[in-house]
This record gives sequence, structure tokens and C-alpha cells, in this order.
Amino acid sequence: MHWLAKPATERNTQVFIGVLTAALVAVCLLNLLLPAGHPLHVSTYTVTLLGKYLCYALLAVAVDLVWGYLGILSLGHGAFFALGGYAMGMYLMRQIGDRGVYGDPLLPDFMVFLNWESLPWYWHGFDMAWFAFLMVLLAPGLLALVFGFLAFRSRVTGVYLSIITQALTFALMLAFFRNEMGFGGNNGLTDFKELLTFDLSADSTRLGLFVASGIALGLGYWLCRAIVSSKLGRVCVASRDAEARTRFLGYRVERVQLFVFVVSAMLAGVAGALYVPQVGIINPSVFSPLFSIEIVVWVALGGRAMLYGAVIGAILVNYAKTVFTGVMPDAWLFALGGLFVVATVMLPQGLAGLFAKRKRSTPAASAKGAKEATA
Amino acid sequence: MSILQSLANRDRVFEFLVPHESPVDVRHGPILYLEDVSVSFDGFKAIDDLNLTIDDGELRCIIGPNGAGKTTMMDIITGKTKPDRGQVWFGSRHNLLTMNEPEIATLGIGRKFQKPTVFEALSVFENLELAMSADKRVMPTLVARLSGEARDRIDEVLAMIGLQAERDRAAGILSHGQKQWLEIGMLLMQRPRLLLVDEPVAGMTEQEMERTGELLTSLAGKQSVVVVEHDMGFVRSIARKVTVLHQGSVLAEGSMDQVASDPRVVEVYLGEGI
Amino acid sequence: MNLLRTLEVSLLFWCCVALTFPVLAQQTDSAEQDAPPELVALAADSYADKGEAIQALIASGHPRTRTWLTALLDGKLQRLEDSGRFVIVTDNSGRDWTVIDAVDDAPLGEVSRRNIDRITINNALRNQLRSAMAVLDLDAPTVQERLVSADRLLGKVDGNLVGPLAARLDAEENPAVREKLAQALAIHRLQSGDGAAVNAAIDTLSGSLNPAMRAALNGVAAGEGEAAEAARRALASIEQKLKLNRAAETLYFGLSLGSVLVLAAIGLAITFGVMGVINMAHGELIMLGAYTTWMMQQLLPGQPGLALILSIPAGFLVAAIAGIIIERSVIRFLKGRPLETLLATFGVSLILQQLVRTLISPLNRTVVTPEWMSGSLVINEALSLTLNRLYVLGFALVVFAGLMLVMRRTRLGLEVRAVTQNRAMARAMGIRATRVDIMTFALGSGVAGLAGVALSQLTNVGPNLGQSYIIDSFMVVVFGGVGNLWGTLVAGMSLGVINQVLEPWAGAILAKIIVLVFIILFIQKRPRGLFPQKGRAAEG
Repeated sequence: MHWLAKPATERNTQVFIGVLTAALVAVCLLNLLLPAGHPLHVSTYTVTLLGKYLCYALLAVAVDLVWGYLGILSLGHGAFFALGGYAMGMYLMRQIGDRGVYGDPLLPDFMVFLNWESLPWYWHGFDMAWFAFLMVLLAPGLLALVFGFLAFRSRVTGVYLSIITQALTFALMLAFFRNEMGFGGNNGLTDFKELLTFDLSADSTRLGLFVASGIALGLGYWLCRAIVSSKLGRVCVASRDAEARTRFLGYRVERVQLFVFVVSAMLAGVAGALYVPQVGIINPSVFSPLFSIEIVVWVALGGRAMLYGAVIGAILVNYAKTVFTGVMPDAWLFALGGLFVVATVMLPQGLAGLFAKRKRSTPAASAKGAKEATA
Repeated sequence: MSILQSLANRDRVFEFLVPHESPVDVRHGPILYLEDVSVSFDGFKAIDDLNLTIDDGELRCIIGPNGAGKTTMMDIITGKTKPDRGQVWFGSRHNLLTMNEPEIATLGIGRKFQKPTVFEALSVFENLELAMSADKRVMPTLVARLSGEARDRIDEVLAMIGLQAERDRAAGILSHGQKQWLEIGMLLMQRPRLLLVDEPVAGMTEQEMERTGELLTSLAGKQSVVVVEHDMGFVRSIARKVTVLHQGSVLAEGSMDQVASDPRVVEVYLGEGI
Repeated sequence: MNLLRTLEVSLLFWCCVALTFPVLAQQTDSAEQDAPPELVALAADSYADKGEAIQALIASGHPRTRTWLTALLDGKLQRLEDSGRFVIVTDNSGRDWTVIDAVDDAPLGEVSRRNIDRITINNALRNQLRSAMAVLDLDAPTVQERLVSADRLLGKVDGNLVGPLAARLDAEENPAVREKLAQALAIHRLQSGDGAAVNAAIDTLSGSLNPAMRAALNGVAAGEGEAAEAARRALASIEQKLKLNRAAETLYFGLSLGSVLVLAAIGLAITFGVMGVINMAHGELIMLGAYTTWMMQQLLPGQPGLALILSIPAGFLVAAIAGIIIERSVIRFLKGRPLETLLATFGVSLILQQLVRTLISPLNRTVVTPEWMSGSLVINEALSLTLNRLYVLGFALVVFAGLMLVMRRTRLGLEVRAVTQNRAMARAMGIRATRVDIMTFALGSGVAGLAGVALSQLTNVGPNLGQSYIIDSFMVVVFGGVGNLWGTLVAGMSLGVINQVLEPWAGAILAKIIVLVFIILFIQKRPRGLFPQKGRAAEG
């Protein structure tokens, strides 16, 4: 498993893991040790907010893996995030048991409300944590596998792929809005009580979820680094910049794409699963094309094909969103729209590209690569 | 699934350490055999009843005016384009029409494009590393590590193409000629049985051309080489046997002198001074 | 103050008294009313007698028959208790009712409602009255009015009406009215049921789509015997006809939806298909067109039709100018980087949406449909086409034909095709590529504006208008084959029809999902769409 150990020798991974660990420890200490009134105290509310940012950061890393290194711009990664989230949400719903408003021991409230007689088949098994957690990986992974298999086999790439991924998440959003689907329709899944017997409203659980998100981000980052610095990672870059050449060297480009796409979808699923218990709700809006395309802008702003760039972008944009929507909500869409334009027209390398010296695996020549992908 | 299979066959991970044995069967004659191949795009016949045989170890030059179907022929051999009818065999065992590009490449057919195509974001070394013959499925590629022997082989090829000094530089900043060389080097790393080389000396200086000619002739014998070229001087300097394509089929075949004196060829090339 | 108010009230009171006094005086003084016997008979005690009286009144042909029957139906034909005079109530609010004389319309002033006897009727009488009045209306001067009243008689004919109706049928000259009358009589004959008459009636009715006739036929078909058999056959043929009509209706709605899709996508087919520029703000350009229509109607209040027609050039201009601004400020910096173009223009779309929300309103605006576009075109009783959709369908076809003409026949079209096929070569030949880029983008954007003008007649005009069309538009262009205008037309129309065919059994949302999934799968099977551009150039 030397390829998995490789990131340990890389300077940028060492720095990233170091900074992340320090941040996690610092937040925990400032939350636990300082009294609530202290100016440096980090409130539980803030801890949960930061936990949410970390989930977004993991999601951004997943998008960067496929966009930065494979050149596949997915405008539907929100769908994988949402599927992971729904799998977790279904587990949390089953954990409510008879403590719901209607007190039904088996059926979640919204099913009782819709006069459903019994639990739909696909809700079975979600009372068991191991099964639900497996589904967090499998549901997005399977969708990515089927979708990717069809798309990459017929060599749908470039803008076409972006547009059909967007159509995919749009179709899923419409589907999840329907009450008949059995996922709570418009309102989604909410009113969660506990996760693995821990009370979700307790401060300690919230801190625990924050730390779990941080660890997931660290592991996800590590895994992605391991992939991109392996020979497979170089094949990814090769297929991004000259797909036909890669094929003529004997690589099954569509399988490479499929493998990385599925890994990325699963990471997005994990991010979604950690996001849901922290925000306390999952509904179809997460499937909206706008959310998926927002993720891409985090990555574009942070810097493509530099995994830490995606993390920086995700945290910065979402912090800005929190501030803006608090102070002047109307201006947020202007700011976000402007961000799209600025990030693409003025910062083709992203923020990370501003500090980092030109590194060879950055898509310096990506203009050409992207052109070829759509030709 | 190939992933599971590859996990089961862990011993095959280091395939390039195993002595390279080509599965191609050439006991019964030619290494490449095209019969009655035709393909048309929107009614335009790019290849029309083409017949071509390449012997094992041969160096063959293919010339022809623009639109004669040279590039399309290469596309068909490498699996990029499927012909409307006809047969394409590699040795006497492999029907190339049933295979896709990576399968054909793995079988031992290497191709250099008309426009030099290298991975610009990767270093020269990494370009050669990716080209090296190995198990190129997903999982083996993920866990692959570079042995000392493989490193030596890359350095050997680097020396052969004269790019030692550029070893760790990004391929994108190489000159046009250097990119051509790198691409030929990548072909060599693949250890193909058959090399298809499309316009190898375009944009090269006189000196570079000369070295390329030497390299290609030195390869012939161990490997079969098919060169498509416009530069008649270059063709004359390396060719033993020349095939002239015209309007998608073979117009003439033979030594350079024979071909040059063929009146039909002269007519096609009128004014180009063959 | 108080004093003044009291004065005012008392003044008012005395005025009223002064006004009413002479009227009351006149009423008591006046002689007996000269009521004709037919009118008097209406006040009979039993409902049966009243029914006969109505019949008799109609038969008498008295000039005031219509007035009296209308009043009777409305409960306004009444009798004064003391004098037995027939009056018609004109205002029954308040304690005293205003009445006029039923015979000569002389105003009789206000009468205490205690002094009034109502001539009561029951439901059977009401029905009889309605039919009778319809028969009377058959004498109306215009064909339209006669048709309406004949229609009202379907299924309402009873024995009493047969005579007058048959007479009317003989006198009628208009064939449409004749047919209606014959059908009305046939329904009666069906129900009154005797052998030959029933069969003849079934013949008359078979092939008609009116629900009243089908109800009558159903009644007969439920029975047994030859007549029932014939009725069932007639019903089956009607059912067949209905199915055809329903199919035609689905097709119409499908084509209508398709025309909307084509309108939304055709501009994109230019900017994306021909130029290769991904403009995610295309939907917002449509929105701008729709808002231009709204704006024009605000500028020209009371003339929605004129405003709409002026909106066509205005919408084109507004969207085209917006397109030029987007091209110059964003897209030109991203040439050859389609994915970045996609993101940047998406940002532009967010800004445009928010701009409209901030400057105009986050709420939907109403765009008035001019009179000549509202209503519907009636093909037959089961099929009518709404006019606004018909206009939009026609508009879409005109826009398409216009674009085709521009691309095929004008210098601009030629230059656009030259630049997109080989930019360097086109420039070498003296074509100003940058100018062509701007013009093409302006053209595609302008067409989006036209789509907005048309859409304002069908849907709500709001900041989210564009968003809901952008994915659909891209799907249409990709499905039809990029770079192929005909493909866009065929793809848009067929997607519209598929959607409408699926809707009845799948529901609107599921139908949309199915169509989306279908296109996603289709693109994977044929990545270049329905009508791919073939050849070596497209192979890359």
C-alpha cells in the first residue's frame, strides 16, 4: 500500500494535515476550556457552522479531483452530496422511533401524514447504522457508476457532460420534490433526535460531529493526494490534456475516468452524510443545479488541480455567504455572480495559484486541454 | 470487473519485469494485413478498396498527395475509425476490427500523430513513464511503482532521443522538434511490434531530420515501421520500399526508383518533383 | 352642529314624502288594469295550470310574452294584493319595492312589499320556462343568437315544445341551426321511444360530440333490442371520434409546448450551436424580453395589443444589447475555454436575476393578453384551440424561418459560417471576425428576447422565468444536434409532444423527469444528437 503512504512524504500534504489538526484542536480547546463570556470563546453555534464548512470543503475536494485532474466539469456533484445526506437522514429518521409528532413506532411522521400504511421497501435496513453508513457510500457510488459508465463509454465529455450532469441533478430534484417518492417531498427529512445514541442537540455531540468532519476532510484529502500523485494520477492529467494520445498508449481512459468519478462521488456522499446531522435537515434544494454549480465556483476561486485550493475556496466563499446573508441578503447573489465572473476571467489559477509558484501539474496548459475535450 | 480481476492477479502487477513476449503470430507471413478496406464520410470515399501488407521487420514509407487517405488508414489500423467493409489483421491471429484503441495499443501497435501530441503538463520523464509497456488497467496503474530497471530503461530512451537535459522539465515547454522526438521516444517505451509514424520530420531542421532517419532505420528489423511522410528527400534517404496512395487506394508500390518512374505516379505528383 | 344635522335629516324626510305622495295617490285612483287572459291564467293556483298557461301564452304570440316569461322566471312578475294588478318588480332592495305595470310599463313607484303577491313557480316550471324562452329566442335575428338558443334546447325538449320546434325547423334557413334543431328533436324522440322514430333519431345523433346527445344515447343503449344495439354502435363511433379529438388536442398542446421550447432554444442554437459559446445567461435574456413586454404595457396603458406588437422589436433590441454587453465584458476573454465560459455566464445570470428583483420586484408581474389573442378557436364541440397558444406557435415558426433566412441567405450568415469553420482563414479573407462574433451573439440574444415576448403571453413574468428554461433549452439543442437549426426545431417539437403524451398517465413532474432521463440516455447513445454534423471535421 505504498501508494497510500506516499502523501506522507509530500510537503503540501504535511502542511495541510498540520494546519487542519491544529485548527481542530484549537477550536475544541477554545470551545471547551474558555467560559462562554470570554472574547476568544468559540460557541457551539460557531462550531457547528465550522463543521458545515468542513463538509463543504470535503465536497469541494471531491469536485476538484474530477475537474482539476480529469478535466471533467461535473455540474451535478450536489446530487451525490444529497444522496449521502439522504442516506444519513433516513437513518436519523428511523432513530426517532415513536418520539415523532404522531408517535408511530415504525413510520416517519411525513408518511403518517400522507396516510401511508407501511414502510416502503427501500426504507428497510436504515434502522441499522452499519447499513445506513454503507449506503452513504453506495448510493452516490452506484449512481456515479451507472451514469459514468454510460457517459464515459460513449465518450461524452467537456461541455456536453457538464450539461447532462446538470440535467441529472435537476431531474433528481424534481423527483425528490414528489411526495410519492417517499423521501418527505418538499420538506425533506428533519426533526432528528439522535445519532448512534448521542443526542444531536447536545453540545458534546456537535463538537464531536465537527471533529468527525475535520477527520473526514483530512482522510479525503489524503486519499485524493494519494490518487493524484500515483501513476494513475498522471494518467488522469494525461487524459485531461490529450485524451486520444492516452488511449493510443494503451490506457482505458473511460475506466480511469469512471474509477475517479466514483471515488469522487463517494467522497461527496460522505460529506453529505456529515452535513445532515449538523444542519438538522436534508431537503431537495440540495439537488438544485444552483448548489452544484456553486461548488464549482468554490473550486475555481480557490484554484483548480490544487486540492488545498478547493478547501480554501469552499471555506472562504461560505464564510462570505454567511456574512453577506446576515448583513445584506439582497447583495449576496450579486456577490456570488460577480465571484463567478472574477474567478474565471481574472483568476484562472484561483487564489492558490496567486501564492503558489507555477507548479507543473497545474493546468497551465488547460486552455488547450479544455478545447480538445470539447472538439 | 477488471478491478477485482487485477486484485486477484497481483503477480501480474509488475508485468514489465516479465520478459516481453509478443502474442502476435507472424509465422504465416505479414505482420499487418489490410484487405479491400473501404470507408466513406458523407459519401466521400476516404479509403477505397485498399490492400496493403507489411512484413515483419520491414520499414515501409507511404506517400501520397493530400487527401489520399494516409491519416484515415492510420485511424483504421489503430481502431479510431471503423471501416465500412474490409479486413484488418495484425499477424494471423488478431482481427483489429473487433478491438478498441487501448487493446490495439496493448497488442503492440504504437502511433505517432501528425501533430506532435505529448502530455504538456507532465515532465519528459513522466511522459516516457506513462508510455512504458506495463499493465495499464486501473488498479495496477494506481499501485504501480517504478523499479530501478524501469528507470534505467527510461534513461536509455532519453539518451536515444537526446533529451537527458530536459528530463524533469514540463513537456509543454519543449521546442517543436523536441516534442516530435519525445513522441518517438514514447513509442519506443511501448516496445511495439509495429510503429505507425505520421510525418515524423515536419518542422525539423536538416540535422534533426538526419538523426530521425538514423533512428527509424535502426529500429527496422527488430520492429516493423510504417512512415507516412511528405518530405520526398527524407523518404528517399530511408526508404527501401515505398507505397503510393491515391484517392484511398494503392497506386504503385516498389522501390523509390521504380515508383518515381511510374507514369501514373508522375501524373499524380505532377510538378512536385518526386 | 347637532341642530344642523337634525334639520338636514328632516328636510330629506319631507322631500321623500312629497315625492311619494302623488304616486300613492295615483295608484289608488287609477282604474282596473286591462290584463289579457293569458297573463291572468299565469296566476292560477296549481302548478299544472300554470304550465298550461305558459304554453297557451306562447301559442298566443302576445307581443309581451318574452317580458312576462322572463319576469316570471326571475320571480319578478307579481300581483298587487289590493288591486290584483300585475306588476314587474324592478328593484327589490329595501322594505319598499319599485314596481312598474306589467302591461304598459307605467312606473308605479314604491310599494310596500307586504302589499305584493308573488306568483310562485317550481323547478319543473323553471325548466319549462327556460326551454320555452329558448324556443322564443330561435326567432332572434342573428345566426349566432339562434345557434346559442338551439344549443340550450339540447336534451331539454319535452312534448310541449315538439310542435313549435318542428315549425321552427321548417322555417329555419341556416344549416348549422337546422342541424342543432334536428338533434334537439332527435334527443326527445329517443327518450319518448317508439321504434322507427328512435332509429331515425339515432341516425341523426350518431357522430355528434355533444355530451347531452351522448347522455341520451347512453340511456337507450342501456336498454335492450334493436334500438339499443343501434345506439351502442352510434356511441362507439362517437367514442372513436372523441379519441381522435383528444389525440388532436394532445398534439396541439404538445406542439404548443414544443414551440415554446423551440423559441427558447433557437437563440441558443445560434450562440452555442454555431459559435460554440456556452451562455448560461440565455434564460435571463429571455426574461429581459418578457420584462420588456411588461414595460411597454406600462408605457402604453390601455393598449395592450399595440404594446405587444411594439415589444417584438423592443424585446429583440433590449436582449441583443444585453447580449453584446455580456459578450464584450465577459465572453471574449474566455475564448476557447468553454467550461470557464459556462461558469462566468452563469454568474452573469445570477446578477441579472438579482438586478430584476432589486429594480423591479421579486414578485411576478402580470402581462395583459390583448383581446385579439384571448379566447379560443372552436373546431368542434370537443376541440377548441386557445388563441394565444396558436399565435405563439405561429410566431415560433416565423422566427425560425427568419433565422434560417438570415443564416442561409445573408452576408452575415455566410460570414458566421466562415468564421466558425476556420477563423484564421476567414480573417485572412478580410472578414472581421470580432465584428462577426458580436453580431452573431447579438442575433442569438435578440432571438432570446423575442422568445421572452412570446412567453409573456403564456406564463408568469418573474425573475425566475429564465432559470426554468435554461436546462430545457440546452437539452433541446443537444438533442437536436449542435450546429443544426432544423435539428433544434424537430427536437423542440418532438420533446413538447412527448411530454404532453406522457403527462396524462405520468403526471406533469414525472413526465418531465422521464423526458430528462430519456435525453440523458439518448445523448450517451448518440452524443452528437438527432442530426449530427458528419465528416472528418466533426471527428476530432
